[in-house]
Amino acid sequence: MNRASISLAILAAILVALPFFAGNYALSVATLILYFAYTGQAWNVMMGFAGQLSLGHALYVGVGAYAAGALFFYYGIGPWAGLWLAIALCVALGLVIGCLAFRFGISGVYFALLTIAFAEFTRIGFDHFGWTGGPGGMFLRVAQRDTWDLANFRGPPLMYYYAMLALTALAFLICSLLLRSKAGYYWQAIREDEEAARALGINAFRWKLLAVAISAAMTAVAGVFFAFYYNNLFPEQIFHISRSIEIILGPVIGGVGTLFGPLLGAAVLTLLSDGITEALGAFGLDIPGVKQVFYGLVLLGVVMFLPHGIWPAIARRLRL
Amino acid sequence: MSLLEVRSVSKHFRGLRAVHDASFDVPAGEIYGLIGPNGAGKTTTFNMIAGVYAPDGGEILFGGAPIHGLRADQVCAAGIGRTFQIVKPFAGLTVLDNVMVGAFLRERQAAAARALATSILERLGLGPKRDLPASSLTLPDRKRLEVARALATRPKLLLLDEVMAGLRPTECDQMVAVFRELNRADGTTILLIEHVMRAVMALARRICVLHHGEVIARGTPEQVVRDPAVLECYLGEETEV
Repeated sequence: MNRASISLAILAAILVALPFFAGNYALSVATLILYFAYTGQAWNVMMGFAGQLSLGHALYVGVGAYAAGALFFYYGIGPWAGLWLAIALCVALGLVIGCLAFRFGISGVYFALLTIAFAEFTRIGFDHFGWTGGPGGMFLRVAQRDTWDLANFRGPPLMYYYAMLALTALAFLICSLLLRSKAGYYWQAIREDEEAARALGINAFRWKLLAVAISAAMTAVAGVFFAFYYNNLFPEQIFHISRSIEIILGPVIGGVGTLFGPLLGAAVLTLLSDGITEALGAFGLDIPGVKQVFYGLVLLGVVMFLPHGIWPAIARRLRL
Repeated sequence: MSLLEVRSVSKHFRGLRAVHDASFDVPAGEIYGLIGPNGAGKTTTFNMIAGVYAPDGGEILFGGAPIHGLRADQVCAAGIGRTFQIVKPFAGLTVLDNVMVGAFLRERQAAAARALATSILERLGLGPKRDLPASSLTLPDRKRLEVARALATRPKLLLLDEVMAGLRPTECDQMVAVFRELNRADGTTILLIEHVMRAVMALARRICVLHHGEVIARGTPEQVVRDPAVLECYLGEETEV
């Protein structure tokens, strides 16, 4: 075993053991970190691997959440079945956006704008559909939080933590396999220089669509988790562009296109956000917005001094 | 038998007539040169063969099958590998990974692609540099990387777009030796577009001369350099041969 796999095994062991020495608050923070690590990993498939910038990933979280949420709300169908509907819908949406963009040569910033547009008009649509409850929201029945009901994905915070840990681990494994396969090489070639990639026999259209489909499917699963973890869905919140940005920040700070970047970025950002709140509270600073200012300054620092993210710098130092 | 047949192809860009009614045949197993002064339409012709643009008129046959109008990736899959005049390495990837991208066209598994890429890098003298990022290579090495990547797709026909440009004479001679060896050992047919006469004369058995988008001469290097039309348009202004 090399140093990288040993470090990974140690990290996995710590995460598995975490609930035995962490309280409920720490566990909810850890769940949130894993949630952002997972969605960041999903976004990274599209941007980090294939170079297609999506600024509308909240679309897939929201559609996934509403699909599984509505099945449960109206028909009592549990998330294990709803998951497949969520994935199917999100993949279909992703393919529509991808076909539109890639067929007509929309790329770069314009592609990013298109992804925002889809997320925004879906948000507005969901605000007006009757079955979603509109801006008033959709509320899933909450059962007792101390029994495990795996069939309906109801249980104590511990269950949600382990579910998110399993998802994150699975996403990590899938991404590392993808990156070492033909798909990973083809995506990176397209990211680096699409014309050169085509000249090597790569059907860029098809491979870019594959990246979008995989990314959308992975994000849809996060949406289902979201619905059953928070139990309430509001279009204004779930589809909002700030949600899309939140998903991106982790991998950007951690390192776009790397496997550990999304994980590390999510941990740093979530802990930083909570840490700043605590620290400001301790110093008695209670000015509205001051937290965002500190948060922004730290992001600025990372972007200025580590433009490729935190992980590549650490990996170099540790010679991983 | 001709591997590549270019039959009276034309390409216009708005009012500009880039290539007009150009025809030439590249026999299988040969090294064929396409030369001409700046703006003669060499790169446009090349790009039509490689599937970057579809010709406005005429046809291009590869192994007897029409390939005009195919996309660049389809042309490559049909067995035509190309290099870019302005090199386009995948800068963020290592040298080996660059070549593996090409190798994946014919190899499904990463291990097989890596083996093929490694053997090609050895042949081109890039073996010791395989783990470096492509962005760190010097220009001659980047040109070699272009060739290695194209070769990894196992082409029947290799299109070389000014791979000698910007190389010193000794580096140029090394490249010439590499292409001779490729042609001799693997029977790879090569179509080279060149400005550097030294390389064309050393390599090509036959040459086609383009001028203002039209073919003005075809033949062996000896015939071409004695052709009055060629001397006037091209070699007259550039006496070193």
